[in-house]
Amino acid sequence: MYNRKIRGPLVEGNKTLSQISKEILNPMETTPGLWWYIAFGISLIAALFGFYAIYITVSKGIGTWGVNNSVGWGWEIVNFVWWIGIGHAGTAFSIFLLILRQKWRTSINRAAEAMTVIAVMSAALFPALHMGRVWLAFYIFPYPNTRGPLWVNFNSPLFWDFIAITAYLLISISFWYLGMLPDFATIRDRTTSKIKKAIYGFFGMGWTGSSLHWIRYESLSFILGGIAAVLVVSVHSIVSTDFAVGIIPGWHTTLFPPYFVVGAIFSGFAMVMTLMVIVRKIYKLTEYVTDNHMDAIARILVFISLIMGTAYSTEVFIAWYSGNEYEMFTFFRNRITGEYTIQFWGMIICNALVPQLFWIKKVRRSWIGLLLVSLIINLGMWFERFNIVITSLSKDYLPSNWVSYNPTYIEVGVYAGTLGLFAAGVLLFFRYIPIMAISEVKSVVNIGDKKED
Amino acid sequence: MKKSSSRRDFLKLFGFTISSAAIAASCKRPVQNAIPYVIQPPEITPGKSLFYSTSYFDGHEYSSILVKTRDGRPIKIEGNALSLFNKEGTTARVQASVLSLYDDARLKYPTIDNIQASWTSVDDQIIKKLSEINSEAGEIVLLSSTIISPTTIKLINEFGARFNKFRWVQYDAFSYSAILEANLQCFGKSVIPDYHFNNAGFLVSLNADFLGTWISPVHFIPKYTSGRKPENREKGMLRHVHFESGMTLTGSNADKRIKIRPSEEKQILIELYNRIEAGINGSEFTGISGRVNLSELADNLIASRGKSIVVSGTNNVEIQIIVNGINFLLGNYTDCIDLNRHINIAAGIDNKIEELVNDLDSGKVNALLMYNINPLYDYPASDKFLSGLGKAGLTVNMSCSLNETVGKAKYECPVNHYLESWNDAEIIPGQLSLGQPCINPLFDTRSFQDSLLKWSGNMVSWHDYLMANWEKEYFTGSGFSVFSKFWDTSLGKGVFDYNIAEKKTLSINSELLSRIINSSDSVKTDGFEVVIYESVSLGTGMHVNNPWLMELPDPVSRHCWDNVAAISPSDAERLNIITGQLIKIGDNLVLPAFIQPGQAEGTLSVALGYGHTNSGPVGNNIGLNVYPFIEFKGGTRNYGFVTDTLENTNKQSELALTQVHNSMEGRPIVRETVLSKYRNNPSSGNELHEEYESKHRTLYPEVNYDGFHWGLSIDLNACVGCNSCVIACQAENNIPVVGKEEVRKRRIMHWIKIDRYYSDTPDDPKVYFQPLTCQHCDNAPCENVCPVSATNHSSEGLNQMSYNRCIGTKYCINNCPYKVRRFNWFRYTNNKAFDFNTVSDLGKMVLNPDVTVRERGVVEKCSFCVQRIQEKKLQAKLENRTLKDFEIKTACMQACPSGAIVFGNLKDKESKVSQLFENPRSYHLLEELHTLPSVGYLTKVWNDEEIES
Repeated sequence: MYNRKIRGPLVEGNKTLSQISKEILNPMETTPGLWWYIAFGISLIAALFGFYAIYITVSKGIGTWGVNNSVGWGWEIVNFVWWIGIGHAGTAFSIFLLILRQKWRTSINRAAEAMTVIAVMSAALFPALHMGRVWLAFYIFPYPNTRGPLWVNFNSPLFWDFIAITAYLLISISFWYLGMLPDFATIRDRTTSKIKKAIYGFFGMGWTGSSLHWIRYESLSFILGGIAAVLVVSVHSIVSTDFAVGIIPGWHTTLFPPYFVVGAIFSGFAMVMTLMVIVRKIYKLTEYVTDNHMDAIARILVFISLIMGTAYSTEVFIAWYSGNEYEMFTFFRNRITGEYTIQFWGMIICNALVPQLFWIKKVRRSWIGLLLVSLIINLGMWFERFNIVITSLSKDYLPSNWVSYNPTYIEVGVYAGTLGLFAAGVLLFFRYIPIMAISEVKSVVNIGDKKED
Repeated sequence: MKKSSSRRDFLKLFGFTISSAAIAASCKRPVQNAIPYVIQPPEITPGKSLFYSTSYFDGHEYSSILVKTRDGRPIKIEGNALSLFNKEGTTARVQASVLSLYDDARLKYPTIDNIQASWTSVDDQIIKKLSEINSEAGEIVLLSSTIISPTTIKLINEFGARFNKFRWVQYDAFSYSAILEANLQCFGKSVIPDYHFNNAGFLVSLNADFLGTWISPVHFIPKYTSGRKPENREKGMLRHVHFESGMTLTGSNADKRIKIRPSEEKQILIELYNRIEAGINGSEFTGISGRVNLSELADNLIASRGKSIVVSGTNNVEIQIIVNGINFLLGNYTDCIDLNRHINIAAGIDNKIEELVNDLDSGKVNALLMYNINPLYDYPASDKFLSGLGKAGLTVNMSCSLNETVGKAKYECPVNHYLESWNDAEIIPGQLSLGQPCINPLFDTRSFQDSLLKWSGNMVSWHDYLMANWEKEYFTGSGFSVFSKFWDTSLGKGVFDYNIAEKKTLSINSELLSRIINSSDSVKTDGFEVVIYESVSLGTGMHVNNPWLMELPDPVSRHCWDNVAAISPSDAERLNIITGQLIKIGDNLVLPAFIQPGQAEGTLSVALGYGHTNSGPVGNNIGLNVYPFIEFKGGTRNYGFVTDTLENTNKQSELALTQVHNSMEGRPIVRETVLSKYRNNPSSGNELHEEYESKHRTLYPEVNYDGFHWGLSIDLNACVGCNSCVIACQAENNIPVVGKEEVRKRRIMHWIKIDRYYSDTPDDPKVYFQPLTCQHCDNAPCENVCPVSATNHSSEGLNQMSYNRCIGTKYCINNCPYKVRRFNWFRYTNNKAFDFNTVSDLGKMVLNPDVTVRERGVVEKCSFCVQRIQEKKLQAKLENRTLKDFEIKTACMQACPSGAIVFGNLKDKESKVSQLFENPRSYHLLEELHTLPSVGYLTKVWNDEEIES
């Protein structure tokens, strides 16, 4: 089992249980600093810009974007896949570590899951918006209807996508909410405000902390975790089939499902890291999210980075090995060289090379290093999606159809809007939901202690 | 009292709520009245199309056509198969002419001094003024476009005979004056000959874009392509050598294209003449040899003596005389060039118009009547014309649509659109056609002939006059017993042919010829020679307000909505110019540069027809007008000028390009071979097809079609790239025009486009055209990715789109390897931002009621004209018979002048399309993807061979 002598305590500073409750709930129980209002204001402005862009898109048409006859999908799908990828982290983080009984997840999983839910909601915005007739989006629901009845096309990856994302979002929310039950009850019990008592009491669902509650809580966690574990793998595999099922060079590849899942976990973990570096700094929670925690995430990232590098080289190798002139063109003359070199080499540098810095302990232990590398990975993952979606479409089979693609400010606006929404969501999360699972943290305070003698 | 509500209260409340909700919900919907006929015309069945034959002639281009009308509205133009002149073919401009009928910029009522007036007052004043001028022995001049209507000519002569001094001058914006004069001087006949390219074995053309704009492409394209069929072993395949400066459609199709500067042409022709003369006489050529090696060419021409053609499109009398000399020397006037059955496309003599403008300027002309011309735009010295116009006592302008000349004359007497008028035409002696109105005049307009009749005090209507003339001139000898029967038959058929006297043997004015042969001009070697040409889309520019034509990309450069200065790649590199950069040519012509592969070094090409200032919202302020740069030299207008300076302004403008990549990148997209290899192996160049067919494997059961499997075959050797199909498709399928900005964003909506590729070097490229439309794949990648099954496969092999179902994910667009699907990025109907022809009620009259107008946000694409398939299937079913081959024709197939496109049932092994699919030249585009397209292409065959004697 876990030996804190060797691997350090999971929670530092010899905390008492009431101290833990107090410290974790501190952000909720005190008025936030000026930084919170400034950050929230900026995210709201970005979100408003996004809403304006959405308004223009819906009222005027997709023509306000930079997409065209050849490149039918632009930034919106790049961003969709990017957000979905980020949305992988939370659940993957909790579930896999839960199943693997890695106790160090306890202080991070709450924030990671919150991030997942907000990111997936941001992601879900794009497939809706990119429809020419978003008001008929309900055609994609498979239900008996009066239109024939007309059924959806069960062969279409977009339909699979819809099902996968909806399922994933529902499970993520349930899992997240379930984890919060004991904490809501704690807040209910601690707060003096009647309104808060009523609200958190409602969400606490009458949790009393009885053994029966705990037994059911644990078993439900495992059941949901088991389902979610499958979904984590399936959702991004299915997103990848949007491309893999396509006939376009650069899309049509069997490598995509694993490559996408690993890539998604990569970007998700990077985003968790970005967030945790900031949270522990601002809320002075370094004793809960210890340097060892960050170190562990960094180690996972460097490992995944190697997988990504392998995947990239496999793709290029197969393009050459297949001898298919269209594939060869896409990889060698439209990515490695050609119009989209910045995106391709950006991807390689950000995802495969820069994370190698995590081999160095100094970098793993420096918050600046962690922040920078995690941001670079997220940029790199955006480049990766750009590479896949746009370079493939811009120059495919018939050279007469080759075009370039440039986004308009409306498309950039929608993206900025989702970033704003994400930031605003995370900031609200800090204020109204305990940023760590108090009960679970308490359970690991003394872990490994008994082995001392 | 109990305070609970009874069942009665509930029912009261319930009733009140329901009824108020019903009242509140029944908002008033817009009322649209369908007004029935009071007396239903017997020939009209709502929902059924009627076809009327008529003649298109705008002063520049002619076609005998059928007009499809629906509920009294003309909606589509189709070629008249009974016409000997153009068969079923049409050009893009003729196809688009139906939209000009519904142009808001048409003139709607007569005006006096630009104030609306009644026809009576206009007529009274004009008649009074005319008689005043006549009594003072003043000169009355009628300045018109070329008129080919024999009855109108008779009427004009009658009209003129009433006055003491009357002059009728015909004026062409694009002049063929030199050919007319050369033939007059050489043979005593001021005519444009007909060229029988199908009879020739060897063709040398110089600066004559006869497949794009010159004389009558719709007449020449079928002759040219039928002469170039590689299957025709006995006759051999026409070999075509073309000399030109700019890259034209004709040059792109030639087997061999030689770049020259315009100033070199005369020397080349003189050398060629001398070489041929020496060759025929068996003597050694001793003259001066130019830059271009002509000995082989001369040998080839001599070898195919009597079966060759030399043509030049240069408007220079001396050049045309030498061309006549060469053809005469080779004996081509027997079979290949016909002076007897000549083409009456143009009659304007440049000298005469110069003379008239000088007379106008000196005040010698007292009355000027103008009909169907726009000299203030297209006459080079338009300022001089305008000042002369002010000096005439009576000025009358008769025009159909708004243009620069409208409003400059005192009286504006708007004429009917040709689809509202009676007319006749004699394009070739003995080949008459009639024009009949297909709709009542939409506005308060009157035909030109009715005006002339009125002003000459003749009370008969033009219709009666026309009938009377036909009865007098053509009825006798027609074989009909009653005139009404003759008239009805001719009107129904649209054409009437009669025999003309056979030709006599020709003799050439040899003294004139030898004088010109022995003259010499200097060849310019420095500076830039600018070639001014007609563009395939807009021609002379008279239809510039037609949005379909404005958005029709040039077949070679593939740009629209602008005119550009085409510059050769090497010049551009030398002067550091890139495409789109504004360059200053000479002192005051600033145009965006366009690097045109194949452009001759030291030359620039600029298209006519742009730069209008008063043509209506579409045509105004697009590009620049280059007519003012045309020089009058040597008795003719010279379509070009010379400049020593070319300056790069370093300003950039973005062109509306519809294709930005020009190379096939070595992919087997257009498969080609040469005639010698074809003769040995008909599938040469198409070896891949057999390989892919032999590897054809599938895990899934192959689709089996029961009755029909529609297919389309496109012969890349016959397709010349004329763009006619593009506009025909646009008219048939209600395809919106999107405007310059959207074309720049690569969002043009055309369902069929003609891809153009270059190979070899940019300096001397080979050019390929490939019409590309939906391939209707049996294994369509677009179908399985649509989440809502909006695109699916019909039981007849059609890849069909249900617009109602489409939610616009664009996944199908992405997954189509041919990228033929189009998306409605905006609402293109009733949207002020796209005010072309789908906003005003007038413009929308052109819409085809059989085809849905698509909403914003849905995907659309070629449907194989499914509405035509259904119509004919239904007809066959009602008549209890099977469909005949060629009964269903898609719009593109019908419009194609070269017959390159063939549509039909692949299940019927006897059908033409099935046979073409079996042709060893047939292949599918990207067949290695196993999409199983229903469109087949036939390989391009170049004629590399020297002519066999």
